[in-house]
Amino acid sequence: MKIVIINYGAGNIQSIKFAVQRLGHEAVLSHDAEEIMAADKVIFPGVGEASSAMKMLRETGLDTVIPNLKQPVLGICLGMQLMCHSSEEGNTKGLSIFDVDVHRFTNEVKVPQIGWNQIAELKSDLFTGIKENEFIYLVHSFYAPICSETIATTNYGLKYSTALQKDNFYGTQFHPEKSSKAGTQILKNFLNL
Amino acid sequence: MLTKRIVPCLDIKNGRTVKGVNFVDLRDAGDPVELAKIYADTGADELVFLDISATEEKRRTLLDLVMRVAAAVDIPFTVGGGISSVEDIDNLLHAGADKVSINSSAVKNPQLINDASAKFGSQCITVAIDAKQIDGEWFVHLVGGKVPTDINLFEWAQEVEERGAGEILFTSMDHDGTKDGFANEALEILSEMLNIPIIASGGAGNMQHFADTFIKGKSDAALAASVFHFKEIDIQDLKKELKKQGIAVRL
Repeated sequence: MKIVIINYGAGNIQSIKFAVQRLGHEAVLSHDAEEIMAADKVIFPGVGEASSAMKMLRETGLDTVIPNLKQPVLGICLGMQLMCHSSEEGNTKGLSIFDVDVHRFTNEVKVPQIGWNQIAELKSDLFTGIKENEFIYLVHSFYAPICSETIATTNYGLKYSTALQKDNFYGTQFHPEKSSKAGTQILKNFLNL
Repeated sequence: MLTKRIVPCLDIKNGRTVKGVNFVDLRDAGDPVELAKIYADTGADELVFLDISATEEKRRTLLDLVMRVAAAVDIPFTVGGGISSVEDIDNLLHAGADKVSINSSAVKNPQLINDASAKFGSQCITVAIDAKQIDGEWFVHLVGGKVPTDINLFEWAQEVEERGAGEILFTSMDHDGTKDGFANEALEILSEMLNIPIIASGGAGNMQHFADTFIKGKSDAALAASVFHFKEIDIQDLKKELKKQGIAVRL
């Protein structure tokens, strides 16, 4: 199985590579369109700020490559947010794969949300073997509201989407690579799609 | 529900843990990776590695260690100690650290907080503050709490948030090592004044101290070293006790 992790800027993407390795697979880091299109599974990480990340995607042409991928694609954290229609972070347009706009948490809660919260209302193959209210690790200031593509929800001041799915595109707001055994299972489920 | 975090801290020198650890089941008690794996498997929510190596050469050993930890551990971890530039942060995140903790260099060059959070996002920038009470007022201290400044703790904490820090790790030098409980009065002020998470550090001695810092101190996370390293407190037992007291934890 050929697994590509899209590499388009600064941040911690080694952890995803290592998590894939712990599952017995090798992943390559790449920003090459042909290599990404040829992969069996594509992981789209995201660390940093939304508008500058989108800028890098546009400069490398990946903004047109990613929405046209046919194999399973998993966006993680900011990766998931960039797959949405737009984001309040730097007021940027997204890749419009998911038909939902990303907002900032209000100051009624501490921002960023950092730590372990729970996922519920699970509905996707991504969550095979995962029980309702399982704990997962999150670190984020912006969120996707509930929409028709929601496949997991979490409460933090309000109920929002912690995972989205449309066709072959999956996104998790949480970090499966940092979510202990449950996260490993979710990553394994993705690789088994 | 977002849960309160229990965070063991490992002091690192030249790629090895320095404070004594009492884990009979460890093949090599000085190997931070083995210790980190045990903590990850026994319920720690997050880990902090504090590097106290001095020279550049030894800091490269740290990068190698960060990569080995990231390869072995499936929970988040923060790396702190001697970080003074955006480049240092880039190197650590690139090696696999989830967050970095900056301390003295943030006081000397506060712009570093702005630059780092703009580049990498607030969520991975923790600012560590060491402070001590002098005549009833809290003052920030540098170099592991050894050098006093005339900076007020609460003013500095406010500034740190405004500059883009994602989290504050507050160590009370008055409580550190006492095993007499956390500095809950100061922690409560910080937690109510700021809108970013606060990690309490310094003073953990028993399980009730953790419950107190979450309830009275309104802390979001609690950090400790020796009580975990010497197995005085088992993390699973601690979390069961916290849950019994109505505190949200991951069990």
